[in-house]
Amino acid sequence: MGAKSRFREFKVEMGPTVKEIKFMLGRIKKSPLSIVGMAIIIFFIAVALLAPILAPPGPDWAVYETYDPMRIPRDSYVSTPSPPSERHPFGTAEFQYDLYYGSIWGTITAFRVGLWVTLASLAIGLSIGVVAGYYGGIIDELMMRFTDIIMAFPGLILAMALVAAFGATLDNVLLALTIIGWPGYTRVIRGEILRVKQEDYVEAAKAVGCSDLRVIVKHVLPNSIYPIVIMASLDIGSVVLTAAALSFLGLGAPVDYADWGQLIARSQNWIYGNINDPFSFWYTFLIPGIFIFTFVLGWNLLGDAFRDIMDPTLRRR
Amino acid sequence: MGLRAYIIRRILLVIPILMGTTLLIFAVTQLFNPVARASLYITNIQQFTTENINQVIEKHGLNDPAYMQFFRWLSEVLSGNLGYSRTARQPVLQALITRIPATFELVMFSAPIIILLGIYLGVKSAVHRDKPIDHATRTLSIIGWSLPTFWLGIILLSVFYVGFQAFPPRRLSPTTYNFVSMSGSYVRYTGLYTIDGLLNGQLWITLEALEHLVLPVLTLTIVIVTIIIRVMRSSMLEALNKGYIIAARAKGLTQNEVINKHARRNALIPTVTISGLLVAGLLNGVVITETIFSLNGIGMWAAAAALQMDIAGVLGFTLFSGFLFVMANLIVDILYAYLDPRIMLA
Repeated sequence: MGAKSRFREFKVEMGPTVKEIKFMLGRIKKSPLSIVGMAIIIFFIAVALLAPILAPPGPDWAVYETYDPMRIPRDSYVSTPSPPSERHPFGTAEFQYDLYYGSIWGTITAFRVGLWVTLASLAIGLSIGVVAGYYGGIIDELMMRFTDIIMAFPGLILAMALVAAFGATLDNVLLALTIIGWPGYTRVIRGEILRVKQEDYVEAAKAVGCSDLRVIVKHVLPNSIYPIVIMASLDIGSVVLTAAALSFLGLGAPVDYADWGQLIARSQNWIYGNINDPFSFWYTFLIPGIFIFTFVLGWNLLGDAFRDIMDPTLRRR
Repeated sequence: MGLRAYIIRRILLVIPILMGTTLLIFAVTQLFNPVARASLYITNIQQFTTENINQVIEKHGLNDPAYMQFFRWLSEVLSGNLGYSRTARQPVLQALITRIPATFELVMFSAPIIILLGIYLGVKSAVHRDKPIDHATRTLSIIGWSLPTFWLGIILLSVFYVGFQAFPPRRLSPTTYNFVSMSGSYVRYTGLYTIDGLLNGQLWITLEALEHLVLPVLTLTIVIVTIIIRVMRSSMLEALNKGYIIAARAKGLTQNEVINKHARRNALIPTVTISGLLVAGLLNGVVITETIFSLNGIGMWAAAAALQMDIAGVLGFTLFSGFLFVMANLIVDILYAYLDPRIMLA
């Protein structure tokens, strides 16, 4: 078989996929909210990539951590926050940690938390859900009871308990959020697989002697994976919010770490302002909060649009 | 299977889940050394001296294999002993009981607003799909859904309390609190100041407690109502596309009759499930909201316990909220079966 005919065959095989992608792009163009969402995320990706240029770490500061740019530098140890100035465009948090630096580098933390937890939960949830759904039996029963147990707790509360038990570090926050995150994916993918494995094309693939792996990867997964991909895209924002809430409670990154939730946590002593001006420290909580809110809004807008586009029950109405 | 058989089966299913939750909490306790774990067994601060800790470890066999400890710990839990909380300076069970009224008061005012507003806006949005009201509701709900609870609380506190001296934090002002705790004439009936004020014939206490509740209730409502709106909207949209709605329209019923008599009742069925999510949202929400507004309820205590590594406190609270959540889901499932008999066949 020549290269040309193989290409033609490839084109025929990929035809529906190409059509699908074109359709999706067309839908994205028509939905202004998804464009706003995408613009926000692209903006934050740029901020994260350009962090060393936007907020250079190092000897420019009086106090800084040589090895870790994620540690917020400062100019002195004075406890009262200072207002925005040329030197500190967003002002400083208590003990003079620079808010501009913290907000810029905090973007990296937010991406790390959101993507890491979502992808890890998705990977674990997917593998366990596929095995449980496809093979059934005792493994299925055990795994489902295990997800029942984790889902028997309100998420933030179980995460809080786990972080308190593991020790309050950012890595443990990621671990705890993954532990509470995967069961949701497992349940959904399992349900989808139970539905798909009854289909004739799966039976046919088995009948011609395809291996289990081939049946799962080529026939079952492509027809059952969409719901959890949509779920994941909608989850990134909530994961970042939960992590920020844990940071706010003091269960997260150390005090000088570039993390938005942590910066807001440290503004709590200053929300009452001083005697002359009740709003004198507005920047300590307003600015990092705007960063979290915009970041989460971007993901939520994108995820929402993504769901409308991908969900077959909603899309062609 | 009849409704009764379904309910009995559903109740029996709760038992293994509750066993599982205790097992998970117990597994977490095993991360700690026996000295730290001793706090799970004692009920009295006097037992916290060095030699007594060793006695406690000895008595409860905290160095034994885990499975042996599990059943001993479980029997303590079942008899109501959840250990001693350092942060509350009380046994855990007592700490929960004294703080539940504050949390319950917050939830009692938030939940009805969240449910009614959520259903109203969700239905409105779906019925007027792609009209300005739908766009406005959807935009507001996606904004509310993206707001960090703690940041919203801080902003509200800063604008209303710091800016306008309105709606102060805490449950009552210090003077009123002194009156309530010291005065012989005030009787504590429920622990809810809004209700006890009325029962004591002191309307001003009720009004003051309400004033203090405005911002926490608002925070909790804004954050959670968005979930209800979203689910209500999409299930209403689905209901409106059903054959029986088209039939009702063809029959010549008015728009209001179609929505009120046919669409909304069916759209409510998935919302019953969402009440499960509502309970989780409220439990998660009170931890943050109480912390910001210094409402001395179980959430604020749990946050403090987690921060201070008070394992008896934080795990006791986690077990308690898991129990509440499982029970709430049980009730939701039974309601669901009652509303939608098809579910029993599944």
